[in-house]
Amino acid sequence: MRVLLAGAALAAVLAWLVGYPLLVTLLEALRGPAGWTLEGFRAFAERPDEWLALWRSVWISVASVLLSAAVGVPLAFLFERAEFPGRRVLGALVALPVALPPLVGVIAFLFLYGESGFVPRAIQAVTGLDDPPWRLVGAWAILLVHTYSMYVYFYLFTRAGLARLDPAHAEAAASLGAGRLRTLLRVTLPMLRPALAGAAMLTFMTSLASFSAPYIFGGSFRVMTTQITASKLNGEDLAAQVETVTLALVALAGLWLLTRMGGLSFRSGAVRGVAPARRRIASAGGRAAAAAGGWAFAVLLLLPHLTLVLISLVPPGTWTAQAVPPVLDLSNYRAFLDHPERLRPVVNSLWMAGAATFAALALGLGAARAAAGLKRRAAARSATRGGPAGRGPLLGRALEGLLALPWAIPGTVFAIALATTFSVAAPWAGRLVLVGTPWILPLAYLVRSLPLTGRSAIAGLAQVDPALEEAAASLGAGRWRTLRRVVLPLLRPALAAGASLAFITAVGDFVVSIVLYTLDTRPISIEILSSLRVQDLGAAAVYGVLLAVASGAAFLLWGEERRERRSGAGAGGAGA
Amino acid sequence: MAAFLEIDRLSKRFGDLRVLDGVSLAVEEGEVLALLGPSGSGKTTFLRLLAGFETADLGTIRAGGRAVEALPPARRGFGMVFQHYALFPHLTVAGNAAFGLETTGASREEIAERVAEVLALVDLAGFEGRRIEELSGGQQQRVALARALAPRPRLLLLDEPLSNLDPELRERTRRELLEAIRRVGITTVLVTHEQEEAFYLGDRVAILWRGRLQQVGSPEALYERPANRFVAGFIGRSSVLPGTVEAVGEGGRCRVRLAAPAAAREAPVWEALLPPEPEGAAARPGAPVELVVRPESLRLLPRGEAAAGALPGRVAVRRYGGPLTYYRVVLDGGAEAGEGVRVIVVLAPAGAAAGGEAVLVAPRADGPPPRAFPAAGEAR
Repeated sequence: MRVLLAGAALAAVLAWLVGYPLLVTLLEALRGPAGWTLEGFRAFAERPDEWLALWRSVWISVASVLLSAAVGVPLAFLFERAEFPGRRVLGALVALPVALPPLVGVIAFLFLYGESGFVPRAIQAVTGLDDPPWRLVGAWAILLVHTYSMYVYFYLFTRAGLARLDPAHAEAAASLGAGRLRTLLRVTLPMLRPALAGAAMLTFMTSLASFSAPYIFGGSFRVMTTQITASKLNGEDLAAQVETVTLALVALAGLWLLTRMGGLSFRSGAVRGVAPARRRIASAGGRAAAAAGGWAFAVLLLLPHLTLVLISLVPPGTWTAQAVPPVLDLSNYRAFLDHPERLRPVVNSLWMAGAATFAALALGLGAARAAAGLKRRAAARSATRGGPAGRGPLLGRALEGLLALPWAIPGTVFAIALATTFSVAAPWAGRLVLVGTPWILPLAYLVRSLPLTGRSAIAGLAQVDPALEEAAASLGAGRWRTLRRVVLPLLRPALAAGASLAFITAVGDFVVSIVLYTLDTRPISIEILSSLRVQDLGAAAVYGVLLAVASGAAFLLWGEERRERRSGAGAGGAGA
Repeated sequence: MAAFLEIDRLSKRFGDLRVLDGVSLAVEEGEVLALLGPSGSGKTTFLRLLAGFETADLGTIRAGGRAVEALPPARRGFGMVFQHYALFPHLTVAGNAAFGLETTGASREEIAERVAEVLALVDLAGFEGRRIEELSGGQQQRVALARALAPRPRLLLLDEPLSNLDPELRERTRRELLEAIRRVGITTVLVTHEQEEAFYLGDRVAILWRGRLQQVGSPEALYERPANRFVAGFIGRSSVLPGTVEAVGEGGRCRVRLAAPAAAREAPVWEALLPPEPEGAAARPGAPVELVVRPESLRLLPRGEAAAGALPGRVAVRRYGGPLTYYRVVLDGGAEAGEGVRVIVVLAPAGAAAGGEAVLVAPRADGPPPRAFPAAGEAR
């Protein structure tokens, strides 16, 4: 009974935070001055620029998937299957972009490959050209940044998939006369399908929701996310709402399609297997080539971030026409200490991301626990009855679905949905005026973090034997003591992972912030944008470095947990 | 000795399935009661109701004269050893043993003292700082017992305490477990599906089937005087022969005419015992019954030897087993006579017959007599 009540209460809170704003936005988009109308959608359908933005969103996402796969999959094979000097360190470095907020990557790219970036200047200096050799703008620029930041999904998923493959399958193919290419095409790649489909889905969804790259590099090339934000900033609320509903539908349709095509389930868990032996590359030349290729790629990957650090050391107004900056010092950093108001966005980002992470952790854990409790109850019943286990009770599935929903919905959609819902004072309808207050951004970050904390809590709880809680109860521990002494210590690694990812997402957020920020609550990302606008590249770079440091610290914290866990201190599961 | 634990008409249903149906039981102070039943019989639910992890639909549980069914598990003061032990993997051996003491208001020294005491009881002194994953299965089992006993519970609950151990470890652990329980003198309820375990550990054994208590008694009583057809078949090895009651005598004695193969000249008649009321009440002359016969109550004779009530058959399997050899005899014409008259199991000296030999099977005068149960009597 208690678990039912708790589950219902949590489902209500989640529905209010996650589902309700989307519903309100849909209803607003359908409501005209004189009642229900499809006027907004008719206007949308008649504007060619809307169709163009929609089309671009879709093809950019598909192209991002293909390009990311083209980079990530071969890289995964290289690092998983070959043995060469420096493989371990490089293998970790190559996964780095996943730990950095998209905006940091975008401005790092700007500083490196943008019109006045290092590479064009170097080319100008060498060739004597008057104009920069290219302008980093339009579709190809977006695709470049997308590929750079999203190949990681294919890389990580493929490596994990390869590590789980039983080498006996490839050996069986070889014994049946299949050559290496045939084995790859007919055995290895088909067996990697779940991993590849998972990476494709993640890349497609991330790309569809991508905002920083199109916003900075898009120029007149508008995709749905930038189109929505432009409409909103222009005060065209109805258009923004209709566009938002459309993008949400496209995202859900894409998710549905990819899930079906890949034969995936949302909760497809990792399966342990035997790792195949890594093949040492036989020829010395091949080994050297693999090592050189690996190193070159790692440097290429790290270059934008090194550039970011370098730019942060260039004093304002000292770098004009030279190929390399003539002066490097700490004056940009010093300016931060001299002008405390510059630290304001940093403080804002840290407290808002911290609060959102904490709340998302509590809510995600609570909902995951309620869902697990409901499922356990149902399973116990059907087991006694001898029937099939089933998919669990409706309420439990609703909780898990609500936790996962913000992952499937682009951030821009949530930004508009929250802006629409929480700009009206109608407490009886669950709507408060939060837009313009310091609470809207932490709330928005919280919603966006829920899938991360929720999924890690669900995964963590699945590893904890329910009998442990019963054992604590039989030893006289109440609910809180059981939670504090047994459940939380066992969930610590999973929760740390969820929390650090949630914090990284929130502290570097740009897509939601640009719609919902106020002057007093402007986060780092918004300040980076305004610094860029006034050509204060040094300040923008310093903010970028601070953001990277904050994200890196959160990432390391998680790594620390993982190490501790590996050493055995916090192994979950039954003691059998 | 007074009954410490009194359970009255305990019932629990999940949906429309009656998992427990009016179970009443009393356990004496210091007694070890083993609850034995096949899987799905409701025994785990029974234990979980006692522990407080499930709530009964009906019925009462009294411990030491106080009703406990409204108390949450944490306030019942019952210690429990879980099937997979459920040791806390993030705590040490001492941390696990101390867990239940930390809410009792005991001082740090008192806790340490009690932890040392219970670990010594299970022969794990010196293991305080070990991590759970470093322990063998048997050691984990003992930590689980020490943890459950540390807060001095009023009742100890054991859920399949030995099922997780290797067979060779099981016998030793069983002995140590019983020694520890006897030394503490604690009232214990244990659940198992293994007859040998229940007979070894339990002062009394309660048989549960389909949510109902079938019989409670000493191992000897269960084996020699089963209350119904289920208990007779569930406890020990036996063969089943259908027949009809021919005459009913004093003290539940009766004569049963066995359903014989069509080829037989006359159907043999065996002496049997009827179960006590109410099971035995239906047995009037002419009533169909099933005869449950223990293998050691039978003997093998060479063909041609005259013996009253002998059934002709052929030894299909002969397995040497030391003092008594196991014979599986396929009865002649069994197939035509239908249900169940095909095979019969006999324990007899090694020289009684050779494999494949044609023999006669007859009841022994000195063995436990066959039991006759009403044939429809798949006890409800």
